[in-house]
Formats: sequence, C-alpha cells, structure tokens
Amino acid sequence: MSALRPALMHMSTPHGNTEAARRLATWLLCCLAITALLTFCSLIVGTSSIETSIGWILAPDAQSSVVLWQIRLPRTVGAWFAGALLGLAGAIAQGLFRNPLAEPYLLGTASGAALGVTLSLIAADASVEGLAWATKLGVTGAACVGAAGATLLTISLSRGVLQTRSLLLSGVVVAFLLGAITQLLLLTKPEIWRTMQTFLFGSTGFISWSSAALLGSVFCLCVVPAALLSRGLDALSLGEDTAQSLGLSLPMLRLTLLGVVSLATAAAVGQVGVVGFVGLIAPHLVRETLSVNHRQLLIAAPLCGGALLQAADLVSRWIISPAELPVGAVTACVGGSYLVFLLWRRSRNG
Amino acid sequence: MGEPLAELAAPPSGAPAAALSCDDLSVGYGSRIVLEGVSLDLKPGCWTAIVGPNGCGKSTLLRALAGLQPAHSGVIFLQGRRLQAWPRRERARRLAWLSQASAATDLTAAEVVALGRFAHSGWLAHRQADDDAAMHRAMTATGSLAWAQRRLSTLSGGERQRVHLARVLAVEAPVLLLDEPTTHLDPPHQEDVARLLRGQAHRCGVSVVSAIHDLSLALTADRVVVLGHRGVIGHGTIRDALAGDWLSAAFETRVNVVEHQGVHLWRPALEPITRD
Repeated sequence: MSALRPALMHMSTPHGNTEAARRLATWLLCCLAITALLTFCSLIVGTSSIETSIGWILAPDAQSSVVLWQIRLPRTVGAWFAGALLGLAGAIAQGLFRNPLAEPYLLGTASGAALGVTLSLIAADASVEGLAWATKLGVTGAACVGAAGATLLTISLSRGVLQTRSLLLSGVVVAFLLGAITQLLLLTKPEIWRTMQTFLFGSTGFISWSSAALLGSVFCLCVVPAALLSRGLDALSLGEDTAQSLGLSLPMLRLTLLGVVSLATAAAVGQVGVVGFVGLIAPHLVRETLSVNHRQLLIAAPLCGGALLQAADLVSRWIISPAELPVGAVTACVGGSYLVFLLWRRSRNG
Repeated sequence: MGEPLAELAAPPSGAPAAALSCDDLSVGYGSRIVLEGVSLDLKPGCWTAIVGPNGCGKSTLLRALAGLQPAHSGVIFLQGRRLQAWPRRERARRLAWLSQASAATDLTAAEVVALGRFAHSGWLAHRQADDDAAMHRAMTATGSLAWAQRRLSTLSGGERQRVHLARVLAVEAPVLLLDEPTTHLDPPHQEDVARLLRGQAHRCGVSVVSAIHDLSLALTADRVVVLGHRGVIGHGTIRDALAGDWLSAAFETRVNVVEHQGVHLWRPALEPITRD
C-alpha cells in the first residue's frame, strides 16, 4: 500500500491537472471581471434622460439615486441571475439528453411557463375570483405551474424518462402545441396581447429588488442539487447502459435534474419572459474555451450565462436609445447567428 | 417444512457456488426473442469466452446477465441471490460491465476510471485511499496510467478502450462482463488483454465473461459458450468445444482449428497463394 502512495500523488496532482485547474481559475476570474464591468456600465447607461457619467455615480442627487438603486441596479442584478439560471438549465439539459443542442425550450418547459402566465392574466381579467387567484399565485407561481405541467406532459408523452430520443421529440411537440395554444388564447383577448407582447419577446425592464431576490434564491436552490448530481451527468456521458451498470439510479437522476431544469426555467421566464438561446450558448462558450467535467461546467455555465444576459440587457438599452429593444430580440439575434455559425462549422468540418 | 427460507436459497454444498448463473433465460427486444432457454453456470476463477456469428445475441446475453436488458422469462442469480433483489450499488460493486461502444467524452482518463469507483464512493466522490489504490492498479494493469490526465476525446480508439477496461477493473468486482474488450486494439495489445483477463480469473478468483470475435484469442480462455442463431450450441471447456465441433455448427460453415504446440489456432480455409 505504501509503495502505491507516491504514484497516487502523481495521479492526483500531475502537470496536466494543475494547468487545467489554473486555466479554469483564470477563466472564472475573467468571467467575474466582465460581470463587474457590465454591472458598472449598466448603472450609467439607461433610457432616462438623467446624466450618465462617473462623477454622477459618485454623487447622485435624490432623483438619480432612486433611478440608480431602485431601477438600474436591481435590473442588472436580476438579469445576471436570470441568465445564470438559464445557463445552468441549459448545461444540465445538454448533459441529461447528451445532446449539445438541448436547452430548456426543447423540453417544452419555457412554453409551459409562458402559457401559465397567459392563463393567469386571462383569469385575472375575466372575473374577481380569477383576479384574487392570480394575485395569490403571482407571475412566477403561474410560470412554475405551467413549466412543471409542460415537463410532466413531455415525460408522460415519451412514456417515462428512459429514452433520450423520444423525450426530446415529445419535448418539441409539447413546445409547439403549448406555443400555439398561447397564441390562440391571445388572439381572442387583444387587450392582454399588448401586455403579453413584451413578455413573449422577453424583457428585463420589470425587474425590481423583490424579483431579483426571488431569482437569486431560486438560483441558490438549483445550483446545490445540480452540483451534487454532477457526477451522474459525467457517468451519463459514457452512455445510459454504462451509467446504469455503475450503480446509478437513472430515473432518480433524471427526475431530480428535470425538476431543477423546470424550476430554473420557470423562475427565469416568470421574471424576464421568454429569453431564448442563453441556455444554449452559455454551456457552448464554456466548452469551446475549456475542457471540463460536469461539476466545473455547472459552475462556469451560470457565470457565463449571467454575463451574457447582462450584456444583452445593456445592448437592448443602448443600441436604439432613448428607445429600448426587447432583450429577447437581442439574445435571439446573437444566439441565432451563433447557432448558424456552429452548424456552418460542423458542415465544413464534415 | 419449518425450515427457514434462507436455507432453501443457499447453494447446494460441495460444488463451488456459481458467481453468476442463469436458468431458462429468454431475452429479446419487444416481441422478437433473441435468445431462448439459456442456462449457464459461471464459476469463480474461470475466464469464459462467448463466441458466435454476428447478430446471434452475444451482446444481448451479456446485457441480460448485467441486468441491463429485462428478461422475458427465467432467472439470474448473482452470488446465490437473485440479480434483481440486490440493492443497486451493492450489485454494481459485484458485477462490472463493459459496453461494446467506447464513449468519447471530455472527461480525463482518470475521471473516467474514477467513475468505476462510484458504487464504492457514492455521489460526493469522496475518494478514499483504497479507491485511489484500485484506480492505480487498474490503470497500471491496462497500461493507461501514462495518459491519466488526457481527455478521452483526444485519445485513439485503442487507448480509449484501455481506459474503459481500466474503469471496469477499478470496480474490483468478482464478476466481469465484457463485450468485445479487444476491439480497436492492435494484436499485441489484444494479447495483453487476454493475459490480463486470464490473470484476473486465475489469480484473483474473478469470474470473467467476455464476448470475443477473434477465434484464436477466444480459444485461449478456460471455457467457451458457443452461440448460434438458434441459441446455445454448447458451454464447456475448449476441448469439449473442439471435440463436438461446436464452432462449425454455430457459424454454419466449416471452421478449421489447428493445434500448434498446445495452442489452438483458427486457420482460414483460403488456399495459400503459390505463385511468386
């Protein structure tokens, strides 16, 4: 046994390992630095006509300090958490389905959340009891119910969570179906259509401190089980049979992680609306620049997703200022182009 | 009557207990039955090779024995207890399975081999000294220690295969089920694997079962299970298989095996080229 020890030391800390660890640390620090920079920029860029300069930040008057601390800061903090949640959900979904193009939208989760919000708005509009009910549930509650319902529908359509391919396929079917129902409902209610339009495009404009706090606490709630189960995702990358033969309980792993994906997506959709592609791009960007196992990925992808949504939020406010673009339009443009680039590169490489 | 049930379940004394056995096992996909009425008795300390033509159900049999493929009928016993009755992780500690396809992931070789210790170390991956020792032994035995920190996606097919073999050995299970452990390997490394499997069986008392394509290599095992398209042709020693000409029956064509200095070799029936 003692003869083995030096070799084991070699195995746990050889050159390759320390260098990989250093790369990861550098990468995470860069991500945090970019986040800090974006947060600062978000504070001085806005659609209100008040002055935006560094001196103004240091000594704001009463009105500007309300804009600064009650509107811009919660907005950028909330955007970070929403992006982090989407990045986390995307990273888990890609590992769970062993498909690099999987993201919460492919499970029907996001469409379910949007339908939940639509139904709660229609109920609030229709009757007094409906209004009381919708107020009690809240937007996030309605989104959660919708997201969980859609995920359960997807699972029952694919007859369990055992088959990856049928699960993805039924996810797409559910997403289309629920999206169509949402659109039909909105056609019959033109007055809700206007409210829902910003929501369906995605907007970071309504984030208050309370919603930022909600996003933050859901993030903490999601990241712990995800990190604990990351080894299961590693095992799953070797194939479903191999993972099972290693002694993992695949149904338990899948159900828990699907629950985490649903909760993370529902919270993000409930607060910022339907913002696409962040969950797809964030894990991709991490894997492009680092070779990681799932524990590292589940830390890096949320950091990357948070910075991405902050950047998109900043662009949406700045590009046609003083007017404002829906942030979902920005992520769709950037994310769509990135997806086209990925597909182009894949076809070029044969 | 009146005897405790545990006594009834215990194997009969005398003959060594089978590490893994199945009785009247039938497996298939949907309504298509691939194997029917298979009864096997796999002893500890014995390396059994499964041979047979493509599509005869070698992989299906191994998957069924590993509990990955539900059986239509029949029972499987692992160390005298029904396979399904074992708790998941305890079963994984006693039975390790190697799939035919070796996955290429972004994990390092050491991380992949560490997954073989999952049944011992659990979710939090808190590795103990014995986990490290088992990983080290397995990677040394398969000659994969040199690339412990390389990503699997950067290794060649043969190197990857050896890492996966190390992961299976790192479980240190008394039963190993290996589906084509020598695929992607060059002949000297195939020989290394054969020597390794024999060593595991003879020196460590492991029951090794492997599907092997190369007939000459398969004939270096202790016992063979010969599968044909219509089920098991025979299960016994190499000498039984050759005496009964099971291979010809399984492949439905003449299979020539020659003996050279005690080694059995498969000889292709092609005429040698005589012109210069």
